Amino acid sequence: MLAVKNLTKTYQSGHRTLTVLDDISFEINPGDTFSIVGPSGSGKTTLLGLCAGLDRATSGSITLNNILLDRLNEDERAFVRNQHVGFIFQNFQLIPTLTALENVMVPLELRGEKNVRDRALKLLERVGLADRKHHYPAQLSGGEQQRVSLARAFSNEPKILFADEPTGNLDEETSDKVVKLIFDLNKEAGTTLVLVTHDMDLASKTQRVIRIKGGKLVSDSLLTPTGENKF
Amino acid sequence: MKSVLLFFDRWLWQMAWRDSRKNRSRLLLFISSIILGVAALVAINSFRENLKKDIDRQAKMVLGADLVLRNNQPLSDSTQLLLDSIGGQQAHERSFASMIYFPRTHDTRLVQVRALGGDFPFYGDIETAPESASGQFRVGQKALVDHTLLLQFNADRGDSVKVGNLSFYIEGRIKKLPGQNGIAATVAPPVYIPLKYLEQTGLQQKGSRIQYRYYIKLPEDTDVKELVKNIRPRLRSEGVGISTVESTKNDLGDAFDNLSKFLNLVAFVALLLGCVGVASAVHIYVREKLATVAILRCLGLKGIQALMIYLIQIAVMGFIGAVIGAVLGSLIQTTLPYVLKDFLPIEIELAISWASIVRGIGIGIFISLLFAMIPLLGIRKVSPLLTLRASFEDTQQKSDRVNWFVYALITTFIYVFSLLQTGGWLDALFFCLGLGVSFLILTAVARLIMWVVRKYFPVSWSFTWRQGLANLYRPNNQTLILIISVGLGTALITTLYFTQSLLLDKVSLSGIDNQPNMVMFDIQSNQKTALNRLTSDYELPIIQEAPIVTMRLTSINGKTKTQVEKDSLSEIPRWAFNREYRVTYRDHLIDSEKTVDGEWRGKVEQPDDPIYISLDKGYSERMNVKIGDTLTFNVQGALIDTYISHLREIEWNRVQTNFLVLFPEGVLEQAPQFHVIMTRTEQQNVSAQFQQAVVRSFPNVSVIDLGLILSTIDEILGKVSFVIRFMAMFSILTGFFVLISSVILSKYQRIQESVLLRTMGANRNQIMKITALEYFLLGSLASVTGIVISMISSWLLAYFSFDASFTPNILPILGVYVIITSLTIIIGILNSRGILSKPPLEVLRREV
Repeated sequence: MLAVKNLTKTYQSGHRTLTVLDDISFEINPGDTFSIVGPSGSGKTTLLGLCAGLDRATSGSITLNNILLDRLNEDERAFVRNQHVGFIFQNFQLIPTLTALENVMVPLELRGEKNVRDRALKLLERVGLADRKHHYPAQLSGGEQQRVSLARAFSNEPKILFADEPTGNLDEETSDKVVKLIFDLNKEAGTTLVLVTHDMDLASKTQRVIRIKGGKLVSDSLLTPTGENKF
Repeated sequence: MKSVLLFFDRWLWQMAWRDSRKNRSRLLLFISSIILGVAALVAINSFRENLKKDIDRQAKMVLGADLVLRNNQPLSDSTQLLLDSIGGQQAHERSFASMIYFPRTHDTRLVQVRALGGDFPFYGDIETAPESASGQFRVGQKALVDHTLLLQFNADRGDSVKVGNLSFYIEGRIKKLPGQNGIAATVAPPVYIPLKYLEQTGLQQKGSRIQYRYYIKLPEDTDVKELVKNIRPRLRSEGVGISTVESTKNDLGDAFDNLSKFLNLVAFVALLLGCVGVASAVHIYVREKLATVAILRCLGLKGIQALMIYLIQIAVMGFIGAVIGAVLGSLIQTTLPYVLKDFLPIEIELAISWASIVRGIGIGIFISLLFAMIPLLGIRKVSPLLTLRASFEDTQQKSDRVNWFVYALITTFIYVFSLLQTGGWLDALFFCLGLGVSFLILTAVARLIMWVVRKYFPVSWSFTWRQGLANLYRPNNQTLILIISVGLGTALITTLYFTQSLLLDKVSLSGIDNQPNMVMFDIQSNQKTALNRLTSDYELPIIQEAPIVTMRLTSINGKTKTQVEKDSLSEIPRWAFNREYRVTYRDHLIDSEKTVDGEWRGKVEQPDDPIYISLDKGYSERMNVKIGDTLTFNVQGALIDTYISHLREIEWNRVQTNFLVLFPEGVLEQAPQFHVIMTRTEQQNVSAQFQQAVVRSFPNVSVIDLGLILSTIDEILGKVSFVIRFMAMFSILTGFFVLISSVILSKYQRIQESVLLRTMGANRNQIMKITALEYFLLGSLASVTGIVISMISSWLLAYFSFDASFTPNILPILGVYVIITSLTIIIGILNSRGILSKPPLEVLRREV
């Protein structure tokens, strides 16, 4: 589903070159759940951005659902995201001027699909927010916003879902509910899940964890369903 | 093509609608900047359309006849025969400037006497009170007198007025003449008398400057065009001018076209100012929308689709703004006949001009899209990565080729529009260059101030000062935008103000101490000595005395008018032959004249000696003639060959009679001529008594009282400046709108910072001081730069266009600075008062 090969990302800061990611390679199979962990500033969010086609690598290649992202321009990558990718963000990233329902509808509308309203409503029902469909993001709590964002992420039936610290802005109780929803929905849809987090408890819920430090891949572990390290 | 089709994508319109939900009032606010510009354009264009229609409808009534012939001498017998052969109904008028005298009040005044024979006007009316007077005055020794003139001298119907040697019974007051506007009546108020009494007034003497007009009403089936074609060559050879209904239409249209072009340019300035407002507001708006665009990009929206969403919003708002502007413009149009009433020769019937409305709306939408395009184009490049990290560097929009294309389009649009208004490619070029340079100067000043403050930041200053100063260069600062919009607005408005004062100063006569203030002309040679004596009797000085001979130019270096007209390479202008020359002769140069080239030979000793004349230097340049060239003049039938031997520079702004052509003594002494005498009197009563004495003893002599002329000029200037101010008001109000919308929109940039400071314990006073300081610095910098730009442009205008010196008055400059800066501070603080008086969390929930 996702193949990352010798991925390097550098930034120019004045006369200095900062290497944020250094020669990273891994592959993820369809339907797998996968997490990227590491301390702040280790490059995990950069890696997620590159994998999702939000940014361009300095060198190396990324193949998503058999599509080589490196050769695509911005609009072609936008099309790939719309067709195959779902997103969940730490700060929810709902569009403030759209209602909950409209936020969920947008990816479907972008695909030019019909009856998007009913499908979006069903998803809102699934995340327990059907009665808040006409509310704007500012009128929803953090947990509710993240649930709307979940409904939106699954609305285009993505092949792969990228989640960047999905519980980072939520309290423990709400976090638990949102995490349960993510994994339940993921299971129902058979989506590949890529999770970025520094919360080891959350990471342990996925099948595989890679650890990044200083831009380098330091470990790649397969976990048992109980969260124990297989190796 | 694909992108154009995207504009009609239903979903994009839906998204544009949804996205605008929380911003509609703000969108409307920045679109409000174009309302007044569009209103001014629609008002002027609607008015022009209506005027054109009315000119077509009323041209016959303006002319009063189908055909009018004009000459400065009676028609020759053969031409008279030609005229008689045309047939139809004819009327004849002789008009000249003369003094009239009101015996009851002993008042005198220079007027335009029109001696009329026949039933003119054949179309339209001389509007009089009572209505019957326009017919009645023709049958007796009666006169019609200008309405304002009667009011001025407290005279009325039933009084008498003396014209020359003859007294006339005032039959009625003239309310309106066909084809005459208010200004013309102010300069020379008309007085009608029947032609048959002209002889007895004694005013028609040899050398008198009389205009002869022949009005003809042709039989209905006459082909006027064909007729004119046949008679024109013959009439032209005698210097007779012809006006037809068609030529009147063109003349009237041309005259108003120039005025409306100027007014349109002023409207365009208002519109441009509005566009600067739109561009700066959209710039701020787009910055706030980056997060939303990034999310949509993440979800798969294409760059061009994102651009279209906001383009649709601007187009719709531009449309609403333009429609409001068009409605307002159509309403304002109804006030224009009042504003311009003194300049209009015809009655205007107001009607809605749909063409002007459609054009105005079109220009409004186009111009708001065009100027919004620069900030909007950046939307295409917004990276979806912004959803993961709001890195400041990523929001910096790199320039791309499309940006340059839009800049080129804007420049072309401004150039073409100003070219259409000014009519001269060089003028339009300077207009565009001026705007471009102003824009660069303002950008440079903004960047310089940010650099200087950052580089030499006064770390030891108080907290509020440091915060206020740092706001100038921090991320999301509004320095560049506010300095450009407020600065450009200040520059445009101040330039308009300076130009207006420049024009008004140029025409007003200053420093006339010790210069003549009374001019007597039309003095016959045999009256000169007696009039000099009369002047001395009243102890008045004779400051200048000059004989005047009227003549026409028939050839230059042997080439006649017809030859010049046929020669496409000839550099001699046609008007050189068409005008009447008023020439003097003397053997010396006077104070106001300075030799610039050649030699002045003041006397011709023998009748066969060559005649060397002197020309005004500027005039010789306009005529394309030089020393050594020959000019042949027709002096009332006699042809005189002359050589240019001398060029003079003349101080035209001194009050005295100046002459383009100066003859030596010994040539024109026997030619029909009249004389001019200039004198000066300080006292009003002496002036009045002297004028009465002159009119009593020399009825044909006209006296110009410069005091009266100055007050007339003042009155005309008042009317002109009213029109200029009326139009400038659009720019000033637009500038105000732009200022308000720029400052209000910038509030969103500062809100989070202010709230954070509040949260950390900053008190109301500190926040207010920081805000006031920031806006004070921005307002000051913008207005000072704007004023400097306007001073440079006004100086350039003064030097190159008006040939005048520019010395700006310090008080208005200070006034502009104080007003603009205080307005910026006041609007800025008023904007922030919500942040100051409410709890921080409430503000954040409501505003962000």
